[in-house]
Amino acid sequence: MHLGMLLDMAADGMADRVALGPLADGLTFAELARRARRLGAALALRPGERVGLIDLNSSAVPLTLFGSAIAGRPFVPINYRLADPQLRAIVARTAPATIIVGEGVADRVGPIDGIEFLSRAQALALAEDPAGVQANGWAGEPEDIAVLLFTSGTTGEPKAAVLRHSNLAEYIISTVEYAGSTEDEAAIVSVPPYHIAGISAVLSSTYSGRRVVQLEAFEPHAWVDTVRSESITHAMVVPTMLGRILDVVEADGAGLPSLRSLSYGGGPMPLSVIERAVGMLPDVGFVNAYGLTETSSTIAVLGPDDHQAAFASDEPAVRARLASVGRPLPTLEVSIRDLAGEEVPVDERGEIWVRGSQVSGEYLGRGTTLDSDGWFPTRDEGHLDAEGFLFVHGRLDDVIVRGGENLSPGEIEAVLLEHPAVLEAAVVGIPDKEWGEGVAAAVVTSGQVTEEELRTHVRTRLRSSRTPDRIQFRAELPFNESGKLLRRVLRAELADAFA
Amino acid sequence: MGVQTKSGARFRSAVDQTEIIVVRPASEPVDLRCGGHPVVAIGTEVPGSLTLDPAFAGGTQLGKRFADADSGLELLCTKGGEGALSIGETPLPLKDAKPLPSSD
Repeated sequence: MHLGMLLDMAADGMADRVALGPLADGLTFAELARRARRLGAALALRPGERVGLIDLNSSAVPLTLFGSAIAGRPFVPINYRLADPQLRAIVARTAPATIIVGEGVADRVGPIDGIEFLSRAQALALAEDPAGVQANGWAGEPEDIAVLLFTSGTTGEPKAAVLRHSNLAEYIISTVEYAGSTEDEAAIVSVPPYHIAGISAVLSSTYSGRRVVQLEAFEPHAWVDTVRSESITHAMVVPTMLGRILDVVEADGAGLPSLRSLSYGGGPMPLSVIERAVGMLPDVGFVNAYGLTETSSTIAVLGPDDHQAAFASDEPAVRARLASVGRPLPTLEVSIRDLAGEEVPVDERGEIWVRGSQVSGEYLGRGTTLDSDGWFPTRDEGHLDAEGFLFVHGRLDDVIVRGGENLSPGEIEAVLLEHPAVLEAAVVGIPDKEWGEGVAAAVVTSGQVTEEELRTHVRTRLRSSRTPDRIQFRAELPFNESGKLLRRVLRAELADAFA
Repeated sequence: MGVQTKSGARFRSAVDQTEIIVVRPASEPVDLRCGGHPVVAIGTEVPGSLTLDPAFAGGTQLGKRFADADSGLELLCTKGGEGALSIGETPLPLKDAKPLPSSD
């Protein structure tokens, strides 16, 4: 299955539905396909093996995603927020390529061998030109590379995850009902185009026939205004976005009356935020989605019914599921394994492994990380409960080894966040002469708590080895724009501060 | 007698507009038909003289999925038509769709 086919199916079966933009004058699926075929025909004639994009959200994002697919070239959306040297390094790794760029980007990057820039305006003009040739069908095979996504590199040098047409298309056709959206549904897309959620939002909306309204970039007031003015029914946010959205909604008290479904993912969501969201938006169905770039987006989902059941329950095990990521998709398998690769019993922690046709687990120039049976080790730590609910505890690479004991930062962070005065918390390992690694915490608080109170709070809930040796009070934690904690940065800062 | 199915292989009906793609291949060659007549691989010639068998005229809807438990074959309709899919003379059942809550 090829991404070109998903677009053809939408254009064939839902030609006159609005695909992109305002209901009154947005692009229909037929027009979206026509423009993508024109851009695809033009891109196929341009030099380079790949098609990059360094830009904010605009109609150029879905057009370039589908246009590249039609041209048979991998689509490589790149983070425009990177500092110039990092951006230049990633662009150089994308060569030879044509790169579609927003304003000022070409100047920031400068000339690079094998890279040709095309401005967003030029790309849109090619797509819109009524005299332009439309590609007939698409180039390439289902096993060809559809998308290359650079991982955020929060723990090391960014790797380019390889997603093949078959990975992404299998994910879409197995999780989304074709034309399953009603005509009044509309999704707001505010995640950046270089995030896997930005890619999957385009694909799943196209296949389900759901109108998409884009925000150039996330900004909470613009988000709330757009949801109201465009009668948005569906949205996906990362944890840092949700808190800021709730602040805006709370301040003006006007609610989000059109919103039916709000999914969140991309990082651990503090329980306090989701409880606040459910309280403030009682008519919204909440969906917690867990997935990785390397798995073509979502691999486990905690749906609206699960949220309600967990909220309504007095049983601790059921209530705890609010902190889970739900059950794995029925189309794939999840296994929790120890360091030796042996499956561990229910409720026991280990590494999350996953297998299924949407799972790529492959990096450009590094080959596959799948084992011989097709299983992908996610490097995430987690456990499954007796009912098959999956809990994610964080990256295994973040595990702190204190005097030979493995400590999971996620567990300590969760306990810190239970304290009413703690707004944000992050725990990392720092060098320690006595223990090898010590536990250091950084917290953002409302001010009403002392270091010793926090230590006692953790000690009484976890054992003393898990109690932070050092605690730093801060105004904010270092997050990247997708809401991912920059642990490497924090670790360096705390190591410095407590050296 | 039948066609070898391979994941991603595409076929069309010989008697109507129906087109399908193989999502999961069958374990063995299958006598896959649409409108009562064997399907043909897309890109190959369609026999001209055939007409839709009224016994297999229930239609195939764009975007619907079909699965045959015996052979493991799973198909997706990528273009709708008047013919109905069958393996030999046994109609191919629709696969129950249980769409997941929208997560992206």
